[in-house]
Amino acid sequence: MAETATPPARSRAAWREPLVSLALLGLLAGAAIWADAAGEPYYVNLASRIAILAMAGAGLNLALGFGGMVSFGHAAFFGLGGYAAGIAAHHAMNYEPVFSWPFVIEASDRMPPIWLAGMAMAGLAGLAIGALSLRTSGVYFIMITLAFAQMVYYFAVSWPAYGGEDGLSIYVRNGFPGLDSYDPLSFFALAFAGLLVAMGITRVLVSSRFGAALTMARLNETRLATAGIRPFPIRLTAFAISAVLTGWAGALYADLNGFVSPAMMSWHMSGELIVFCILGGVGRLAGPVAGAAAWVLLETFLGGATERWPFFLGLALLAVVLFFRGGIVGALAGRPRDG
Amino acid sequence: MTGALLIEQLLNGVQLGVMLFLAAAGLTLVFGVMGLINLAHGSLFMTGAFVCAWVAGSTGSFWLGLVAGALAAAAAGAVVEVLVLRRLYDRDHLDQVLATFALILVFSEGARWIFGPQPLWLDVPEALQGAVALPGGAAYPVYRLAIIGAGIAAAALLWLLISRTRMGMRIRAGESDREMIGALGVNIAVLYTAVFALGAGLAGFAGAMVGALQSVQVGMGEPVLILAFVVIVIGGIGSIKGALVGALLVGVVDTLGRVFLPMGFAAFLPPSEASGVGAAVASLLIYLLMAGVLIWRPKGLFPADG
Repeated sequence: MAETATPPARSRAAWREPLVSLALLGLLAGAAIWADAAGEPYYVNLASRIAILAMAGAGLNLALGFGGMVSFGHAAFFGLGGYAAGIAAHHAMNYEPVFSWPFVIEASDRMPPIWLAGMAMAGLAGLAIGALSLRTSGVYFIMITLAFAQMVYYFAVSWPAYGGEDGLSIYVRNGFPGLDSYDPLSFFALAFAGLLVAMGITRVLVSSRFGAALTMARLNETRLATAGIRPFPIRLTAFAISAVLTGWAGALYADLNGFVSPAMMSWHMSGELIVFCILGGVGRLAGPVAGAAAWVLLETFLGGATERWPFFLGLALLAVVLFFRGGIVGALAGRPRDG
Repeated sequence: MTGALLIEQLLNGVQLGVMLFLAAAGLTLVFGVMGLINLAHGSLFMTGAFVCAWVAGSTGSFWLGLVAGALAAAAAGAVVEVLVLRRLYDRDHLDQVLATFALILVFSEGARWIFGPQPLWLDVPEALQGAVALPGGAAYPVYRLAIIGAGIAAAALLWLLISRTRMGMRIRAGESDREMIGALGVNIAVLYTAVFALGAGLAGFAGAMVGALQSVQVGMGEPVLILAFVVIVIGGIGSIKGALVGALLVGVVDTLGRVFLPMGFAAFLPPSEASGVGAAVASLLIYLLMAGVLIWRPKGLFPADG
């Protein structure tokens, strides 16, 4: 492989972004611990929800923010992860294997194997959808990822074995060795750890040679090709990893809600994931954390104040797009390092 | 019996295809001329249906409702274009996606606010009630035939407008070179608003027509939007002809698949499983069609820019 482009020079304000990232993560963890100490499990679960949605957004951010691939279909991966948890719990409760042919897969009610299964399902779907969708770009890519996600959605709706449109309930939350997964703070710790790992993987990838190639594929595809690197495999790899991270978050989300349904795969969910990334700041490491927190808090408190909250949420989003470019992290940490 | 069923379902497929064309034509025009991806197009479809049902309900005339629905959607489109979308033409697609996603929230909740949470019902007008006999003996509703006719008429008018009038010439010029027609003295801002209102009006017209076949409710535009995306990806973004061919393909494949696949699976599966598996596979057909077209021709069947 030829030498890739060197990372762009750091601007003077570059120290502010890691600080903002740490502060946001610290706030989230602090809020959960404080709510738990105050005996408010509702708010601990709200923090878990933010952490999991931020993790799904971090997955999308790798494709959308760093790779410039505007996927409008990440809800499919989120939902596939969720279904991995739901299906495993469903079979484990009935004491039957998930498949018995061509080979036997026993059901599990432990999170680590379920996570792996969810990540594998999402990753394979990501490879297939990515391989087809990345033949195109721009607005085609947006529409095609949306259409493929709808395909997965309609399949889940019309496939009767796992509840169809009604979805699947997870009656007993899947366990994690050494933790009581029913304890809100312990579950938050799992979700938060997942978020940290997802952000860590993104950080490592983006600052590697692979990340430099991915950035160049976004900024100037021809230049990357001239350097002897084909953009397609780079993009496809990033897209699949992005799907894996989002799928993992989906498995956690199903366990948090005790429920998985096709709604997790609906295009509204894909839209929300995009909103997390843009609201927080596109291509900023902590962007999805800020975006998911802002969305969940707005939804919760606006929803408490008025029944018409989606109307006002829509207006608020419009205002953000039209007048505040760069998102929350952009406002806190200044302009990004590259365009 | 199968022959009659086939003709009936083919007509249903064409009817769905014609409606999809009306919805997709606006999307593809707006993308072709302004380069804008508009997720809120389904909301304009919904606006047409709601206004039609409301006007028809309060005046008793379906025809007034139909006109009002199309005009209201066109007006809503023009307002949204002037207030919001105009600022987004120069932005990247990501901003357009987010802004139009926000517009969907506003439209959906706004419709629930104005018209209430209950679905509205729209009756088929008296002149178009009843059924005609098809060759083979089946009866087919007149209203669905009327939809096919209205859709074909609208497609023909659109073609005349674009290929034979001054406005159409400007639209085509706008597709090939925006800056040049501005330099030639065409008021681009007005042209863009007109194109957007035209697309919105077509979607509103389709929504109003379909409103008599299904309940008029919030969210009814979203499945149409997604099918319209599939249509224009298959046909080629920006191409009206592509939208027509894509819409008919999608309409016919989807309708026939939903009817005949469960029957096909019944040949070698027990009936209880066959209907479920058949329905599940049928829901995938149009996406498989799209994937096939993409592998064969990544820019769609009729690429707009050669």
